[in-house]
Amino acid sequence: MNLTDDEKAMLDGHDGAAKRKAMELLVRYSEALGAERFVDTNNVAGVPGSSTLFLKNYYKDHNGGNYEAIFSLFDLDSDEVVPVPKVSAYSCHLQGGMDPNEWATMGQTKEAFEHFQEDEAQVADHGIQIMKTCTPYLAGNVPVKGEHCAWMESSAVVFCNSVIGGRTNTEGRESTSAAMLTGKIPDWGFHRDEFRHGTHAIEVEVPIETVQDWGMLGYFVGGAVEENIPVISGVTYQPNLVRHKHFGAAAASSGGVELYHMVGITPEAPSREIAFGPRNPVETIKYGAAERRKIYDNLNSIGTSTDVDFVMLGCPHYSIEQIWEAARLLDGKKLSPNTKLWIFTSRSVKSMADTNGYTKAIRDAGGLLLTDTCSAISQAIPKGTKVVALDSAKQTHYLPAFMGIEAWFGTTKECVDAAVTGHWRGELR
Amino acid sequence: MSDTIVLHGRAIVGGIAEGEALVTKETISGWGGINSMTGTVIEMRHELRGVSFKDKILVFPGAKGSSGWSAAFHTARLAKTAPKAMVFTTMTTKIALGAVVMRIPSITELDGDPLALIETGDWVKVDGDRGIVEVTKRAKRAAAPEKIAATA
Repeated sequence: MNLTDDEKAMLDGHDGAAKRKAMELLVRYSEALGAERFVDTNNVAGVPGSSTLFLKNYYKDHNGGNYEAIFSLFDLDSDEVVPVPKVSAYSCHLQGGMDPNEWATMGQTKEAFEHFQEDEAQVADHGIQIMKTCTPYLAGNVPVKGEHCAWMESSAVVFCNSVIGGRTNTEGRESTSAAMLTGKIPDWGFHRDEFRHGTHAIEVEVPIETVQDWGMLGYFVGGAVEENIPVISGVTYQPNLVRHKHFGAAAASSGGVELYHMVGITPEAPSREIAFGPRNPVETIKYGAAERRKIYDNLNSIGTSTDVDFVMLGCPHYSIEQIWEAARLLDGKKLSPNTKLWIFTSRSVKSMADTNGYTKAIRDAGGLLLTDTCSAISQAIPKGTKVVALDSAKQTHYLPAFMGIEAWFGTTKECVDAAVTGHWRGELR
Repeated sequence: MSDTIVLHGRAIVGGIAEGEALVTKETISGWGGINSMTGTVIEMRHELRGVSFKDKILVFPGAKGSSGWSAAFHTARLAKTAPKAMVFTTMTTKIALGAVVMRIPSITELDGDPLALIETGDWVKVDGDRGIVEVTKRAKRAAAPEKIAATA
């Protein structure tokens, strides 16, 4: 690898043991990738030093499994605990843990909550912004086109690359924690122009309008192209932020899509030719009525009972527009006594919802607006849940597998209806 | 005819390991796709659902899904449920970082298609220092048990 003087200095330990360990890890990682150099980054999003009780217990013989021990041994993959300095790069903490007020409702123990609070104090103390969301771009961290980022969270990565034109690979916990300390990340993949051209053509032959439609198309595209770069044409309806959010999250979970182009819509695809650049599409894939039907049935193949006892919205974390919509759908209604409704968002968006009265409106109907996490991340569902209703293809992909429950996938309106009636009445329209 | 197939590739993590191959043509999700505590695939509709990769030589196209891939497999290493080595075909940041923090010999960019040449149950030796994958077919192993005993 070609290392600059500041990188060599960090590797030689001139800037302390933690930066040395971070650089050693980043060099091992870069060499595995086959990268020749690092790129500077000043926008890092990860889950630094956060620990499950398993990790805390595993490292209990090292400083009692404290923050510094977990950051050193797990995040930096070091064999010794080193003093962890404040971060150098602008960094934020993504989702994780539990709602800081409703943790007991989420089935968390007091021990886990106290541990969560200690972690959070450490994160703040290290100069990392407590965003606690999978949608940093809705909570104040909005990159610009061309900005080199080092982000975790596949749905945020695909949004950053595709909708904004920022540049990030899907980083992991260890690489983001190392990047926070060093401001370095391998110059590989989506940081490089030649990597960003499309590989597969997706020809959309049906109108894609609703959030549900965008989620289904994303789920189809991810399954069809896996980790490649789709170029989507035939879209006649301008998707807004929420639609991009659901499309990208779905494509990143059924496959590994980290960048997509939509002809005439996304910033690196003013035309089909520019989106593909020098590449010829390796395959052209059609999305018509039959494919749409099949994806819908696929997402609804894990439900048999129509008695819904749980509705979870907010994957990825709801925007204020979606919370407004949920509050309107719940207006004047009460939840079924057999059904719980949890809606997840970031603390920052929730504070707006508090001000606007949406948090209270949702609570008055019997639901809860929660922050920091979601059911899949925390593996937290109301006790006794057997059947969940979801408006997110991504959450439908993960939650039933984690929790061994049945799931229905539909529109937000159908989900709210299920929360109110206790019954699933969704259908493909 | 030699008893073994030898493939050459690019080693991304060093070390030498050998064991029984677990082969899938499907990519694997880390976070949400595996249970790190048991070392099994949990993704719905995955052909390996419920199958354990603990101590296997995992032969697969590579990683997909959540950015928690490395942390999920890193946790598997701590829980002693990780594979012994990995042979894969598609490079991504997820698998590169995952291989590094699992600290297991891992090889890619091979001169033959490992997904076609290696079958579940074959005995595979992964030399991550030299970039060599040595495959003893299951049929040959059954025919020559003494050889297996010698290499195991």
